[in-house]
Amino acid sequence: MRSYLPDFDLQVPDSLGEALALLTQELGQYRPFAGGTDLMVLLNAGLLPAARFLDLSRCQELRGIQETSTHLSFGALTTFTEVRDCKAVHQHFPNLVKSARLTGALAIQNRGTLGGNIANASPAADTPPSLLAYGTEVELISLRGTRRVAYEAFHQGYKKMDLAPDELLQRIIIPKPLGRTFHFYRKVGTRQAQAISKICLAACARIENGTVAEFRIGLGSVAPVPARARNAEAVILGKPLEALPIEEAQLALLADISPIDDIRSSAHYRRVVSQKVLGQMLRELSQSSF
Amino acid sequence: MADLALTLNVNGKSHTVRVHPLARLLDILREELKLTGTKEGCGEGECGACSILMNGQVVNSCLIPAAQAQGAEIITVEGLAEGEKLSPLQAAFLTHNAAQCGFCTPGMLIAAQDLLNRCPNPDENQVRDGLSGNLCRCTGYVKILDAVKVAAQEGSSR
Repeated sequence: MRSYLPDFDLQVPDSLGEALALLTQELGQYRPFAGGTDLMVLLNAGLLPAARFLDLSRCQELRGIQETSTHLSFGALTTFTEVRDCKAVHQHFPNLVKSARLTGALAIQNRGTLGGNIANASPAADTPPSLLAYGTEVELISLRGTRRVAYEAFHQGYKKMDLAPDELLQRIIIPKPLGRTFHFYRKVGTRQAQAISKICLAACARIENGTVAEFRIGLGSVAPVPARARNAEAVILGKPLEALPIEEAQLALLADISPIDDIRSSAHYRRVVSQKVLGQMLRELSQSSF
Repeated sequence: MADLALTLNVNGKSHTVRVHPLARLLDILREELKLTGTKEGCGEGECGACSILMNGQVVNSCLIPAAQAQGAEIITVEGLAEGEKLSPLQAAFLTHNAAQCGFCTPGMLIAAQDLLNRCPNPDENQVRDGLSGNLCRCTGYVKILDAVKVAAQEGSSR
């Protein structure tokens, strides 16, 4: 049954300053509302407790993709379509393009935002594994000022974030990979479009003198939060491409994940398929020509 | 909370309605403006039956709160034909039997029109990507894909 609208409130501040002032004046009272592609679903299904929302859509300060010589910086309200359409993202972060392309379908991508994908804090979200693989930082803002947090430390537990009640996610900042890099993204869902992932894996490796000099793996849907695969990474780091210990990494991966049975898949399937996708990625890495 | 005076331009005509800021654009179109061509299927952005063009982009009208549609230019399926004259895309759907029960058809037409506006000569993958947010339980999609490809060849961008 749908929610009873008079129980709900939506404020529409005209600027980021006004939004932050409202958050600060009535601490803990507002829930930020971006593209609405998650919150409207819950509202339509009657699954949201009566709440007050803060619509950020008029906060121009939260829009736009900026490029510097070393980074791309995405306003929290950057849509998946804007990510798909941005040349610099294609050039530097192909995994991010793939994850934006596989989020819902076009109508969702036109409205859903990168910031919303992060702050909705679903462990099954499609862009966080890519963000983890690229060593992303997030910039948070409140009337007290701004601070930056490594994205891998931002999710602290299921739907728990390093985000104070007076803070908003302002920008997502990603360093451009340097040197020779390998990129991999694979989402396993029931179908290509409109599926929520059963497991998702993104990786980025920097290759130097034929060995893996830098390596990050981001995983979705296999832990309470989007997670790095540090144990599997450690097995591969420093190894020559022609002799990657793939089976050892697949075993180590089991210590990185804690999948559960739910409506989309089973813990067993997620363990097996995570290992297989890791294997696929590492075989591609070992065969890549640098 | 206080209602919102929402002004919309729908299919070239301006309307102002008083609605809750979280009212769904889908309900405003169907119930306030009596434009019932736009359908509700799933109510959660999965099926595409409620697709409309908002400021030139395809969106799920069941997921758009009134407050985010303030001042928007909306095209619904009713806005595709010119009077009694079907758009080339609509005519192609008719010729190719791309509708069976017809419930998904308004959304399919809108998603296909959005595709052809962005990409007048789509290849097979682009057509599939453009329609991937729209479910049809009757046709098996083949006739829909045929209709869109033919309309594209005949030059159906607006």
